[in-house]
Amino acid sequence: PCLQGARAVVSSRAFADFTPKASFEIKKCDVHRLEEGPPGQAELTREQGLHYYRTMQTIRRMELKADQLYKQKIIRGFCHLYDGQEACAMGIEAAINPTDHVITAYRAHGYTYTRGVPVKQILAELTGRKGGIAKGKGGSMHMYAPNFYGGNGIVGAQVPLGAGIALACKYLGNNQVCVTLYGDGAANQGQIFEAYNMAALWKLPCIFICENNKYGMGTSVERSSASTDYYRRGDYIPGLRVDGMDVLSVREATKFAADHCRAGKGPILMELETYRYHGHSMSDPGVSYRTREEIQEVRSKSDPISMLKDRMLSNKMAAMEEFKEMDSEIRKEIEEAALFATSDPEPPLDALCDHIFHNDLPLEVRGTTPWSKLKSSS
Amino acid sequence: MASLSCVLRSGRVTVRDALNQAMDEELERDERVFLLGEEVAQYDGAYKISRGLWKKYGDARIIDTPITEMGFTGIAVGAAMAGLRPICEFMTFNFSMQAIDQVINSAAKTNYMSAGRQSVPIVFRGPNGASAGVGAQHSQCFAAWYGHCPGLKVVSPWSAEDARGLLKAAIRDDNPVVFLENELMYGVPFEMSEESLSKDFTIPFGKAKVERQGTHVTLVTHSRYVSFCLDAAAVLAKEGVECEVVNLRSIRPLDVETIEASVMKTNHLVTVEGGWPQFGVGAEVCARVMEGMMGPHRPPH
Repeated sequence: PCLQGARAVVSSRAFADFTPKASFEIKKCDVHRLEEGPPGQAELTREQGLHYYRTMQTIRRMELKADQLYKQKIIRGFCHLYDGQEACAMGIEAAINPTDHVITAYRAHGYTYTRGVPVKQILAELTGRKGGIAKGKGGSMHMYAPNFYGGNGIVGAQVPLGAGIALACKYLGNNQVCVTLYGDGAANQGQIFEAYNMAALWKLPCIFICENNKYGMGTSVERSSASTDYYRRGDYIPGLRVDGMDVLSVREATKFAADHCRAGKGPILMELETYRYHGHSMSDPGVSYRTREEIQEVRSKSDPISMLKDRMLSNKMAAMEEFKEMDSEIRKEIEEAALFATSDPEPPLDALCDHIFHNDLPLEVRGTTPWSKLKSSS
Repeated sequence: MASLSCVLRSGRVTVRDALNQAMDEELERDERVFLLGEEVAQYDGAYKISRGLWKKYGDARIIDTPITEMGFTGIAVGAAMAGLRPICEFMTFNFSMQAIDQVINSAAKTNYMSAGRQSVPIVFRGPNGASAGVGAQHSQCFAAWYGHCPGLKVVSPWSAEDARGLLKAAIRDDNPVVFLENELMYGVPFEMSEESLSKDFTIPFGKAKVERQGTHVTLVTHSRYVSFCLDAAAVLAKEGVECEVVNLRSIRPLDVETIEASVMKTNHLVTVEGGWPQFGVGAEVCARVMEGMMGPHRPPH
């Protein structure tokens, strides 16, 4: 095979050169009320690996682009970035079907992407343009897609919602599950325990997942929680504590959990140990309550994207050039999406009041004065 | 052909039975409709509104919940998001305060925030306002609080016909509806027309009903206080004062047209409600009437 300058002509390599499938040891999960947990080994095919890499890297780059646009004041309001946690969103999606359901809190851009919304429509929603997935009316925390219920701004409120979606799955008998995500900060919310109770009582096919990134805004888990064993907090609900930085661990654990639910055994709880590189939101530098050294340590030792890439390279599952080429394609995709997001017009003023109701005749809405009327269409 | 198994020998129907029959018919009509709340199933409903429904429809569709409003309201809203059509009962609307975040932030605002992608076809119902000596914590009227919020439809039936037509309309509506009943009206019987007993009888939201024509003063009211106004009107009629009684039926949207037409006729307005006066339904009615009288296109009165 010949190399042309800095770029490899990848197509000139025979596929036989790459390991098509390899098995990796993954960290054993801590279990609660379970005889056994997910397997300690995970299989990865070359195709899967490239797909997971591409997805995670796209999320990473998209979030960094959002950071940049925010600092340029092109994105305003709330913006909670997901970089560092990519293995969670990718691992979960790899283990479930598109017909399964996902609901999360406000750190939602990664899930919005894995559930099928293109980067272009995510960035345009962040910049508040009409080409955004919610036509510019939702913003960072309110993006929706088929079988993806956002994006929810009120901490913990999405958990009973997720249990309700699971109830619908059971009611309709469709063998689907609902993945219901929340953070370590939300984990102490009373309504979550109310949801645990009803999910267990009624055997709802709900996978509760706590993404424990060690900090609820600026409060470390030790300062917020009398018990930081979030995987045990479901008490009578079986639980797993999973390495959330390893996409294969997340995938295997989620598969295990989905099987549990589909077998009619009721809900299950997973705690994903993960980390966010950014602060809580764009208004938080993220270093007043944790050290730069800690952030740097996680970046260098546990980055989910690097870990996957290193695994694939050391097992000869792909070439360095392939990763570089993907990176370059992703960079281009993000740039194009950002261009769209900054050039697309804002929604027109006469769309301000649309969608107050669903499936209704148009109605008149009071504007700023009693005689200035606005129109609302469904 | 009208059929209502609960029609009394007198031909009259209580508000309770009208609600019960409306739910029964809607449960039968659409498999996605279900009822959840405290004591709705095996107890037959704290106020017996859901009597007989559990026996007929079973555990899957008539669901007794633990005493956890925030949790079960969120579950109901989630189920609505996923394609079912829940009726979420609050034993009284005082307890809805525990769940008000789910009603407003999860239900009311979602269709707007999602630009129409995510609808929430849910009915929140239960007794609202004052009862008989139940104490301050169990007597609050929530019409004004819920009536404040876009994305919600808020209705407040008075008669059995109101109850039946508005509840059917609420269950068939693809939007979150707050359905404010009144405990002291449950046992009150009313005449019901043949039309109102038909299976597809619905009352449109945003239309008030003039229960009594009059020329001297307009009484704008809702729920149990329609009865008070009619009683007062009978007393005043003996003194030669003819009251026009407007039963709002709908708090949001408010039927300003009917109110204005009546006030233009009588030149006198009294609002009558069970809620507190400050920032209340009556305050809103007065504000709207005054704005209507003062706009650039309206002659000063």
